[in-house]
Amino acid sequence: MPQMIVNQAIAEALAEEMRRDSRVVMFGEGVATKRQELVAEFGKARVRNTPLAEAIIAGTAAGAAATGLRPIIDLLFEPFICYAMDQIVNSAAKLRYISGGQFSFPMVVMALTGCGWTVGAQHNHNLESWFVHTPGLKVVMPSTADDFKGLLKSAIRDDNPVLFFTDMVLGYQAGEVPGSEHLVPLGSARIRRPGTDLTIVSYAKMVHTCLQAAEELAAKGISAEVIDLRTLKPLDESTILASARKTGRVVVVHEASRMCGVGAEVAAIVAEQAFASLKAPVVRVTGPDAPPPSSYALEQAFMPQPARIVAVAQELASGEHPHA
Amino acid sequence: MPEPDTLTSPSAMLERMMLIRAFEENNCALQAAGSAPGTCTSVGQEAAAVGVVAALGPNDLILTNHRSSGHLLARGADPGRILAEIMGRSTGYCKGKSGSLHVSVKELGVILTSTIVGGELSLATGAALSLSLLGGDAVVACFFGDGAACEGIFHESVNLAAVWNLPVLYVCENNQWQAFVRRDETMLIDQISSRAAGYGIEGLTVDGNDVQAVHQAASRAIRKIRQTRKPILLETYTYRQRGHYEPDDQNYVDPKELAAWVAKDPIGHLKNKMLGEGTISAADIDAMQKRVHATVAKAVEFAQNSPFPDAAELTTDVYA
Repeated sequence: MPQMIVNQAIAEALAEEMRRDSRVVMFGEGVATKRQELVAEFGKARVRNTPLAEAIIAGTAAGAAATGLRPIIDLLFEPFICYAMDQIVNSAAKLRYISGGQFSFPMVVMALTGCGWTVGAQHNHNLESWFVHTPGLKVVMPSTADDFKGLLKSAIRDDNPVLFFTDMVLGYQAGEVPGSEHLVPLGSARIRRPGTDLTIVSYAKMVHTCLQAAEELAAKGISAEVIDLRTLKPLDESTILASARKTGRVVVVHEASRMCGVGAEVAAIVAEQAFASLKAPVVRVTGPDAPPPSSYALEQAFMPQPARIVAVAQELASGEHPHA
Repeated sequence: MPEPDTLTSPSAMLERMMLIRAFEENNCALQAAGSAPGTCTSVGQEAAAVGVVAALGPNDLILTNHRSSGHLLARGADPGRILAEIMGRSTGYCKGKSGSLHVSVKELGVILTSTIVGGELSLATGAALSLSLLGGDAVVACFFGDGAACEGIFHESVNLAAVWNLPVLYVCENNQWQAFVRRDETMLIDQISSRAAGYGIEGLTVDGNDVQAVHQAASRAIRKIRQTRKPILLETYTYRQRGHYEPDDQNYVDPKELAAWVAKDPIGHLKNKMLGEGTISAADIDAMQKRVHATVAKAVEFAQNSPFPDAAELTTDVYA
């Protein structure tokens, strides 16, 4: 199986889907400049640069999606999406429902986010829960090169608006990626490491942090199961619940701030549907209620680290109730 | 599938304007009687709707806004199904899921109605991109007001359409009021079409209360867009005769200003002109009036006898 970095896996998915379907178009700030291989193969009409104008980039995608194209837009960094909220939330997400099902919005919104590049809070802000909370949208945050490719291809083929977020430090992380018809369905979590004593639920680059923690826990005799959600909406509730019922202890780890984050939803689902199996409260290990910092040292402090996850997991496994 | 109406004669345009007026005034009466929710009317702006829509071809697309009844009826939408939608009935064009504010009728090319002011501007470029890439010479007519011309998205939309050569006719119905704010409190210019030069495209202003002038200007602009694939900004200078929505007593409007514009009413203007030319008689107008009232009465009967959506509809059409 070929090895490639995440950015190559993304480029392969884009090229394969544009080759497969002439309705797929891509545009955004610098898209044609930076993806010259796509311009060379598919032409300037389908691969376009745009003005620095996120709102109209997203609005154009929504209008085009409803009238026969399948646009992919690159809004660069996740906080920039704030300029495009009306087009994504009020138009792409709602106009299918409002119109009584007359229109669909097959479009993908791509953006980078996450600590690691010391870019500060206006380029890095994990806003995924905003979009998870919006009816009509789907949200994807992969963690490995093969999933980036397989999930992006599925997102492009989906008939709904999909937010596809790339944790920016993952872009240069390598992994094995299967050949062209590698599709990963949206809404399906992946058990990254099986275990029996507790369940660690995570997504995006925190999955790798959790796997490190699980390795350290194994050395201490604690068997942790690590679930990579991959898609945050639709959420794979059955994989989460099956694991929670098996281990009886659940830790949710994400970089985004705690309040009303994805972890809150996972904890609520487990409490509502697997309460009888629980041996301990569900615990969240998350970023703080603070804007993401830019200093390297503060970024490291912002992100959940393996040691913190190990400490919480040990307390949980020992029957104590930790304060994460 | 129903075909969009193509109105050509002055008398057909007059009767359609009369239908829009009768339909909307009836909506106001229904609201006052507690029989229907309040709506945003386009009373006084009928010439802009009919003049532009009559200049469109069957494959052209329309994006409209919260004052959509005129555009919908000019295109040939069924008044009964529009009213059913306003009243939240399952026979409405959007199965009762839109209400009055965002009625789209895809089968007639009236697409993606957004009531976020400027929403239609943000979606028009995408519809035009589809028309460009999927072939044909169809154009998009995007209706918005002077209020939307104050939104930042106006700049982004017109500029992108200009640099991408998108076939959009931007129709700014400058009705002098932006919800509860006078237009002259929000801009130093009088004509929004003057902004077109800043984008390197053609802009023009036409008397928005003269349906024939609007029709002529729109026809010429649409022909040009079909040939050049470049957008044009057409401003119809007009007036919102009723309040922002129903009910609205308009106590913030100078009665003299309102009276001056009512004297230039688009329906009255065309009636007088045609009577003066001898191209229509008082009896003809009377017959038109009877027809449009009968149409509206039929619409009311249809809507009021239509069922509400089943509760199961609450969560359908969220995802494709």
